[in-house]
Amino acid sequence: MDSITEGIRKAFLLIFSLDTELLGIIFLSLKVSGIALVIATITGLPIGALVGLKRFPLRRVTISLMNTFMGLPPVVVGLFLYLILSRSGPFGFMGLLYTPSAMVIAQSILAFPIVASLSHSAIVNVDPIIKQASMTLGATPFQVTLNMMREARYGIISGVIAAFGRVMAEVGAILVVGGNIAGYTRVMTTTIALETDKGNFELAIALGVILLMISLIINMVLHLIQRKGMVKSGI
Amino acid sequence: MSLVLSLTDIWKSYNGKPVLKDCSYSFGAGIYVLMGPNGSGKSTFLRICTLLENPDEGKINYFSDTHLSLPLLRGELKWGVFSENNIFKKRDIELKRRITLLLPRVGVFNTTVFKNAAYGLKIRGMGHDEIEKKVNTVLEFVGLSHKKNHNAIMLSSGETQRLGIARAMVIEPEALFLDEPTASVDQENTEIIENIILNMKEENGSTVIIATHDTSQAERLVGRVLIMQNGKIIEKTF
Ligand SMILES: Nc1ncnc2c1ncn2[C@@H]1O[C@H](COP(=O)(O)OP(=O)(O)O)[C@@H](O)[C@H]1O
Ligand SMILES: [Mg+2]
Repeated sequence: MDSITEGIRKAFLLIFSLDTELLGIIFLSLKVSGIALVIATITGLPIGALVGLKRFPLRRVTISLMNTFMGLPPVVVGLFLYLILSRSGPFGFMGLLYTPSAMVIAQSILAFPIVASLSHSAIVNVDPIIKQASMTLGATPFQVTLNMMREARYGIISGVIAAFGRVMAEVGAILVVGGNIAGYTRVMTTTIALETDKGNFELAIALGVILLMISLIINMVLHLIQRKGMVKSGI
Repeated sequence: MSLVLSLTDIWKSYNGKPVLKDCSYSFGAGIYVLMGPNGSGKSTFLRICTLLENPDEGKINYFSDTHLSLPLLRGELKWGVFSENNIFKKRDIELKRRITLLLPRVGVFNTTVFKNAAYGLKIRGMGHDEIEKKVNTVLEFVGLSHKKNHNAIMLSSGETQRLGIARAMVIEPEALFLDEPTASVDQENTEIIENIILNMKEENGSTVIIATHDTSQAERLVGRVLIMQNGKIIEKTF
């Protein structure tokens, strides 16, 4: 019990003294997840839109795959990446294992189906009259697509934020491919997992508090956007 | 002279049930009022005229003397334009951009009234200042200036129809098709909308084709009366 209260006390000391190790970990977490999110959005959003608006063979299969991959176990993604990035793997020559780049790749893979799938459902839920109205006004197919995406913007943003929440909280994939190397690949979740294991609670608790705050903020923003979307569509 | 459009021997059926049967008609400048009972095929006809849908058979020709610079000045349009898969070619879009259809359900975009009205100009790549000028004029014309920064979703049904008209008018179509623009609005808005249509005719002598089942509307709009009957268009003479 003592060690826990002591841990909490020291944790808050760390937070309020803006400890450089702590800040470095937080910064790396945000950076890795942020870049992963950008990659997932750049790739996932067009694919979500494509699947939502165009008819092509294997479209149904693609949708099911996207939905299934939304729930990919992070540790399995980590294992898979480990196998192809490890020295004996097909991409081993790139030397990416245990680097932040590997962590970005892992989290992009986790975030991609979330962005794609939630963008897809936001776009298919847009009233088809929008497509017709855009066409009557002379929109090209590409312009029609952009307009549908604009109509779906609240749902799309929700998807992106949900993906951010998922990768920020994820530990399995980045632990396996990042290796939790101090000052290099340590992020919030991996540090919490390993410091707790070692009985060093102060850093773990400090990071836990901050992670909790970040996810609270993410949820608040998500809630606000969803509410705004509902008001705007007159529901 | 504005755009002339002429349809020849148009056939269209849905699920084996014929709606348009060997339907032909030519439109020049002026107001046309297309009447006929519900389900007679008015909307189908308008969608085919405006290339939202392909006929099963038949031909549509567009002629124009005004836009000599366009590659389609005496163009003939072939099918495969607006199929389900949206396979359409560049020159089709050039032609399409000269005509427009106001759908019975307007389909306002979830953004401001101003941005709704500006859409057609924006996708044509028009500059900001010119858009601003034209949109303000057209919103004034339909009496929506005071709501230009409101979200269009929040408009009443009469205002929504007026916005739909503004959004279509602003692109200065050579032929404007209106599908039951007053079906869902009150008396007051019906009058406003009819006045907008009459003013439009006086201002630029364009071709306006209105589908309606309000029999007195034709008289008020002093247009030519067309009746959709047995899948054909019949011109009513008095
Ligand atoms: N997309 C469609 N799919 C199937 N049937 C349709 C479709 N569009 C119209 N129809 C049918 O075609 C007939 C004519 O419809 P419509 O053109 O809307 O008539 P109107 O506008 O005169 O009321 C109706 O019987 C309608 O059910
Ligand atoms: Mg109709």
